[in-house]
Amino acid sequence: MTRPDLSKTSAPAPGAGTPVLEVDDLHVEFRTRSGVVNAVNGVSYTLAAGETLAILGESGSGKSVSAQAIMGILDSPPAVITGGGIFFEGKDLLTQPAEEQRKVRGPGISMIFQDALSSLNPVYSVGFQIGEMFRAHRGTSRKEAKKKAVELMDRVRIPGAAARVDDYPHQFSGGMRQRVMIAMAIALDPRVLIADEPTTALDVTVQAQVMDLLKDLQRDTGMGLVLITHDLGVVNEVADEVAVMYAGKIVERGTVDDVFTDAAHPYTDGLMSSIPQLEAKGGRLTPIVGQPPNLAAIPSGCPFHPRCSRRRIGAEAAPGRDCAADVPPLRLVVPGREAACHYSEEVLGV
Amino acid sequence: MSDDSDGSTGATAASLPTTAAGETLLEVRDLRKHFPLTQGIVFRRTIGHVRAVDGVNLTLRRKETVGLVGESGCGKSTVSKLLVALEKPTSGSILYKGRDVAKMSGRALKAYRREVQIIFQDPYASLNPRMTVGDIVAEGWAVHADVAPRKGRLQRTQELLDRVGLNPDYVNRYPHQFSGGQRQRIGIARALALRPEIIVCDEPVSALDVSVQAQVVNLLEDLQDEFGLSYLFIAHDLSVVRHISDRVAVMYLGSIVEEGTDEQVYASPSHPYTQALLSSVPLHEPALRGQKDRILLQGDVPSPADPPSGCRFRTRCWKAQDVCAVEPPALVDRGQGHPSACHFAEARRVVPLEEGR
Amino acid sequence: MTDQQQADLRHDEMEAGTTTGLASPSVDVTDARQNSLWSDAWGHLRRNPLFWIGAVLGLVFLLVAVFPQVFARGADPRSCSLSNSQQAPSADHWFGFDQQGCDYLANVVYGARNSLLIGLLAVLVVLVLGVVVGAVSGFYGGLTDTVLSRLTDVFYAVPFVLGAIVVLQSGVIGRGVVAVAIALAAFGWMTAMRLVRSQVIAVKSGDYVAAARAMGASNGRILVRHILPNAVAPVLVYTTITIGVLIAAEATLTFLGVGLQRPAISWGLQIDAGQSLLRTAPHLVLFPSIVLTLTVMAFIMMGDALRDALDPRQRG
Repeated sequence: MTRPDLSKTSAPAPGAGTPVLEVDDLHVEFRTRSGVVNAVNGVSYTLAAGETLAILGESGSGKSVSAQAIMGILDSPPAVITGGGIFFEGKDLLTQPAEEQRKVRGPGISMIFQDALSSLNPVYSVGFQIGEMFRAHRGTSRKEAKKKAVELMDRVRIPGAAARVDDYPHQFSGGMRQRVMIAMAIALDPRVLIADEPTTALDVTVQAQVMDLLKDLQRDTGMGLVLITHDLGVVNEVADEVAVMYAGKIVERGTVDDVFTDAAHPYTDGLMSSIPQLEAKGGRLTPIVGQPPNLAAIPSGCPFHPRCSRRRIGAEAAPGRDCAADVPPLRLVVPGREAACHYSEEVLGV
Repeated sequence: MSDDSDGSTGATAASLPTTAAGETLLEVRDLRKHFPLTQGIVFRRTIGHVRAVDGVNLTLRRKETVGLVGESGCGKSTVSKLLVALEKPTSGSILYKGRDVAKMSGRALKAYRREVQIIFQDPYASLNPRMTVGDIVAEGWAVHADVAPRKGRLQRTQELLDRVGLNPDYVNRYPHQFSGGQRQRIGIARALALRPEIIVCDEPVSALDVSVQAQVVNLLEDLQDEFGLSYLFIAHDLSVVRHISDRVAVMYLGSIVEEGTDEQVYASPSHPYTQALLSSVPLHEPALRGQKDRILLQGDVPSPADPPSGCRFRTRCWKAQDVCAVEPPALVDRGQGHPSACHFAEARRVVPLEEGR
Repeated sequence: MTDQQQADLRHDEMEAGTTTGLASPSVDVTDARQNSLWSDAWGHLRRNPLFWIGAVLGLVFLLVAVFPQVFARGADPRSCSLSNSQQAPSADHWFGFDQQGCDYLANVVYGARNSLLIGLLAVLVVLVLGVVVGAVSGFYGGLTDTVLSRLTDVFYAVPFVLGAIVVLQSGVIGRGVVAVAIALAAFGWMTAMRLVRSQVIAVKSGDYVAAARAMGASNGRILVRHILPNAVAPVLVYTTITIGVLIAAEATLTFLGVGLQRPAISWGLQIDAGQSLLRTAPHLVLFPSIVLTLTVMAFIMMGDALRDALDPRQRG
């Protein structure tokens, strides 16, 4: 596997440094009894230090699967990475031996999950579990590890950290458990943090606290943050760049300001107009018709075309741009913006 | 359907704010539900109570949608279970067309259960995996045989499926063959089958994908117009609640802290909790980013087994004073035009004004 | 959203393609007929070869049990000649002779009736006791559950065989086939009860049960339509395996002198008697063991097929 050509990847985010994580044309499929499910079909993105990239998608879009592939925690079988590369600081993780990969995952890239309760072991104290990171990766002594655990719990703003270090996960509330998870994830100062729906299970008031914490930690450490979510509001308030996923592919990518103000892909556009506003009652909602796609039988051509109001098929379509037959590539539509739609210019009105 | 009801309750509700004029169908007065906390297996002893619902007042009129918002553990789901008589209230009353549901039994309770239906949050758990869609939708008729004559039930089932946007040919399919949004439509068809007056919607769109949520919200709105339904819409998503509701009640730790029309509650919230809640909702318009009033609450919701004295919210409130620990604030209009359960209620715009799409 | 839903959503994300099949719906035109779980299950069973193998095997053994004379090739299991003792199988006597010099094929064939009767009868009692006690205990909960669960524990505390010995020794219900079956079932139903009880408790908190209750459905309807169909699968599998255990347990009782006694004929008796001659005449253990295994396999295959048929998610 060679290094991907950087020129074709997205425009750098404001204030972006050198890329720390590059995903190049990643393919993941699930080989199940009843057939092959194409969960991720060619996903590419780069993440610079200090940058926040949001991966926005609904269930079945492949957003979580791609993150699991990066972390090497796919259930395989049935999952198989069938192509592409995952480059951390220039080195392809997928071509390295398992031992090397383990050295990256944890100190280099770490991840937090949506369900903090099931991600923590109920029979060990949270302090022990945070300290485990130091003992396992750095061979720190028990006493020293505990001291570091208290420091970290302080850093993620768990009140009374010194007193709570010996408490067990069930003694914490949902928001506090998520903080414990974050403490474990940042323990070894990773360069990249992948947050998979970190606040979905939390209430909005607690969500606001946790997102605030993540943003502050990122500012302090300069790590890159990949935020996987289905919540457009969270993306808008936290991320610099956004990649919208549908049926295992990125269908639109650009800065959050651009994409959310004026979408270039009909799917993004549909999402924006289907959610009600908080600041006004608004009229009737405009939903996207139909159901999310079946990943075992992804529609031909553009995977979104059966639900798309702008699709052009057969005689209506421009040559080579038939939505039902020709797969639209992710292409640069206007500077800083890529979209996988044959008619993005029309959607944008440029 | 019986349109005529005991009109005596209409007067008591007249003082509450309203936009939709209709007779009062449901009136909840000082509703409480305390679950005992027990210890021991053979000899259980009660060591305390979880005050899941602790003094809720609500009024629901015909063809009206009342939104009930609150965070997890505030007791909103227990309210829904009390309303459909799945739980018995500890005290207080639920008056349906003037009659107390807790005192109903036999025929009256059965009739109530026909007229008040529920839609659940989880489209995966709320349908029996071993029943066909047709059986699920038609089950109500097996219990309430008078609603639909035995002959022609299949046709009516198919009409209902068609009405909620599903292919009528799917009657013989099983729930697992459908996606989340479609399953939720099956749940709606099941509720509709009994031609109810009221549907309690317990987080009906929370488990659905964003693109599908709007479909279900629109469907619920259409059905309301077509069948003259009244909804109690329980959710934690404040945007959805605003969109669908005529009136909104905000719940915190077992009781309602603020109530009013959607405009009153969202544009001029006067209870600190409502303000904090609204402030925490992330907005999806880049133009509005950073325009919100930032109120970051500290700490977690106290345990409903041991709620704070006086005002429930005082432990997290920036306005709290000595009086708050002593005197529980009543839910009354404090000069804001709508009721607020705060001693220091004061309208404050938290959410920025609409910019238009 | 609760954790459970999140898990489901994630699960859905993985399985989205494999289960929904909605992108290309194959519309089956309704023929003015409403399918039910049972009719669909039968339709599925009919297409399951495993079920047919099991059913044919089971039917053969059933015929053997009812009309042993047809299958014994004219031999009488009780006309024996010691001169033939322990003779190996031959063209005329397929299963050879036992220690008494009786035709062993005839013995095995005539043993089917007692063994099957004991196995089926005992398993039926286990199933009924297990499902009824488990369902009532799990569904009603509270004091009912406490009393029934403790009662089950009492039975658990008595070793299976010891309990059966006490019952049979007391002579209250005699020493015949029915008595042995009841004695075995009386101390073998507890696991089935536990299985049903835990399933019922898991299922009854489901939203669809709440939906039925909110609709005004009676307890009976909820149990029969919603809870039991979703709770019986594990116990079905368990009981099909138990048939073999029960038939074999009958042999243990015989060995201890409280089960069926000669001149009664059963596979248990034969395996038991053959054990001591394993080295000189292995066929005495081999043949009854083979038919016992085949019988158990027949029921396991049918039970497995039935479980799959009753779970719409397992169907193609």
